[in-house]
Amino acid sequence: MSEKNTPAADPTYSIYILGKKYEVPAGLTIMKSIEYSGYQITRGCGCRGGVCGACSTVYRIKDDPKLNVGLACQVNAEDEMYIVQVPYMPIYRAKYDVNTTECTDESVLRLYPTLKRCMGCNTCTNSCPLDLKVLDYVSALLQGDFDTAKHLSMECVMCGMCANRCPAGLAPMNMAMMVRRLVGKKAHKNTAQFAERLKNIRDGKWTAEIQQYKALDRAGLQPIYKQFQSSNRVDV
Amino acid sequence: MAYPASMMPSIQKANATRQARFGTMHPELTVDEKAKLLQDFHPDFNLKVKRALRVGANTGDLAPDEMANIVEAPSRLNPKDVDLDKPDYCTDILVIGSGGAGLSAAITARAAGANVLIATKLRCGDSNTIMAEGGIAAATDPADSPAIHYVDTIIGGRGTNVKELVEVLVTEAPFILDWLSALGVNFDRRADGSLFNHRPGGHSRRRSHSIMDLTGLEIMRVLSDEVRNQEIPLLEFCPALELILDDKGQCCGAVLQNLDNGKLLTVKAKVVIMATGGMGRLHPMGFPTSNHYGATADGIVMGYRAGAKLIYIESVQFHPTGTAWPEQLLGLLISEALRAQGAQVLNCEGEMFAANLETRDALAAAIIRECNSRGKGVATPAGIVGTWLDTPLIDMIHGPGTFERRFAGIYSRFMGYGINPKEEPILVYPTQHYQNGGMTINTSGETTLPNLYAAGEVSGGVHGQNRLGANSLLDIFVFGRLSGESAAKKIQSVTTGRPTLEHLNLYNETLRQAGVETETRSPMILPDYRFEKALTKITHMEAR
Repeated sequence: MSEKNTPAADPTYSIYILGKKYEVPAGLTIMKSIEYSGYQITRGCGCRGGVCGACSTVYRIKDDPKLNVGLACQVNAEDEMYIVQVPYMPIYRAKYDVNTTECTDESVLRLYPTLKRCMGCNTCTNSCPLDLKVLDYVSALLQGDFDTAKHLSMECVMCGMCANRCPAGLAPMNMAMMVRRLVGKKAHKNTAQFAERLKNIRDGKWTAEIQQYKALDRAGLQPIYKQFQSSNRVDV
Repeated sequence: MAYPASMMPSIQKANATRQARFGTMHPELTVDEKAKLLQDFHPDFNLKVKRALRVGANTGDLAPDEMANIVEAPSRLNPKDVDLDKPDYCTDILVIGSGGAGLSAAITARAAGANVLIATKLRCGDSNTIMAEGGIAAATDPADSPAIHYVDTIIGGRGTNVKELVEVLVTEAPFILDWLSALGVNFDRRADGSLFNHRPGGHSRRRSHSIMDLTGLEIMRVLSDEVRNQEIPLLEFCPALELILDDKGQCCGAVLQNLDNGKLLTVKAKVVIMATGGMGRLHPMGFPTSNHYGATADGIVMGYRAGAKLIYIESVQFHPTGTAWPEQLLGLLISEALRAQGAQVLNCEGEMFAANLETRDALAAAIIRECNSRGKGVATPAGIVGTWLDTPLIDMIHGPGTFERRFAGIYSRFMGYGINPKEEPILVYPTQHYQNGGMTINTSGETTLPNLYAAGEVSGGVHGQNRLGANSLLDIFVFGRLSGESAAKKIQSVTTGRPTLEHLNLYNETLRQAGVETETRSPMILPDYRFEKALTKITHMEAR
């Protein structure tokens, strides 16, 4: 089978990891460029698919003053790129009891008093590697609009870059985490049909039927499966 | 970054043949053709890349070479370096791993009053669980029942599942949704507040519950947050290297290594719960993987060395349409729904070579054949070869806007790399997705080694030799919670003897007697992608 490595003639980029220069093939992600440079990553590598937040990275291109933030597994390295990974931040987190904490203006401010200090500078939004509208959800928290805060923060990968860069010392990701849980817990109440299902299982409603199926082998179950498949034509 | 120039000629061929292909279908394989295709090209049938284990409780059973290589290897730990008389930590229950299974076990055991310590290789929550997009199966719909879920799961597993485990799986499922919701997981809900559900492949009812396409992320965030609220002791970047046994042959702890300073740490525990996940990063048979960086089968190695029995360790699930380009998305799953909506699979000449809706195993085999012996794959600068999934057909068939509406996530991910799947095809190749087998467990999560429990992908049997979608996200919580619960009861009656690592020496002796010669030391802990290994290669051989 073809095992075409990047031939020597292909372009390479100079990258600087913690200021040290390495030549890497063009077209690799920052993560693979770091690995090509000889690092076996311990901190700063996770799902390698852009959903876990382990590999947040600050980078800058030579002669450009702007500091950028991205996930190392999702952003391609560029020529003359200066790189540092930020795999950990000592961010403030409030302890709370999910069973007894009500989601109110009072409780959010009591647990996260720094919320009041937000200056609206938008640095958090600019620092988010997922381009979430962090300031917008912080504003929603300030206004007590917890549903909006939940929706705007739903894709957060908890990398911590918003808190890292916030000049007022807010911890947006941890505030939103708590609020999403409290909102989610509240939404779970009072679904009668669901409670009925749990009760039926506790009462053993399907126990005998399952025992009957357990006595059958694959061939014996096949016609029953066909029947289930055809008995309820529902949308996929 | 759009497609590189080297791939453009093939894209132009796909574009040129699209109008002629529109409305046509590649003939489906006959039963005989399919059997031969699987036999010749499907990795699970490829006996050249599997071998019979020469040592341990499963001697004679097949395992993929990459798995056998680390199972049939001496420990990376030298028993002489460890002082077992002075444990660094003493606890009732040691949980190894912090994915969905590990954290649900820890939270449950703690709630039952046990002292729990979590040790994990990377960050708390780092796992395959966090990457789960689809959903979690449970018979919550009035038209559904645990009995129907039972039948679907057994048929999906080709009848090879351990029936008792499946019974527990389907019966506990709705309680898992209750438990997660009460912890504050924001499952998608209808306007009336009831749980929204949808129907994944192989299931007879609407049964999968999701949180947009971020199901695993949302659940892992919540569980990690709860572990911190409960202040359960947590050692991050401290993978287990080996289990500790006592002179009665019971599991009684583990040796960890702090990855930051290399120090070995011993944990004395009455019970150990192994929840280290799967094996994708071994790249079985040379495949890319949809798995997390930490999926290196450490728990299989540790458990097997200590004497735990495995089941179906030869069985690996491949998904036919993993992303092959751009490299950043390599291995990322492309849902079957795209093929169901009319996307055809094409070779480098823009020709169809298989029907869109062949089963997962047959299509994976057909793509492998096209890229290898037929030499009609599309090469990428990263070294990987793939075939086209002709996505522009979807809007041609169903009208403009369909693709963006139905596949918003895929659309935005590819657009982020300058690839517009409405106008140009996307490149796919089969990807390793799931370890079907693992350590044998009973309905309490106990392995065959006394006082060692296992939960999640590191365990085996519940899915048989083929897992149904949405059942693994369920499995980890059902058996995570059950193992935490039963371990918390078990500690009342456990008396631990003198700790020893003698089983490592014995295992080495067994390897010598079996004539195994290897430079490998295991468990692997971290995959090695340094230097040229950072460049993607697919190295698997064909079966025939």
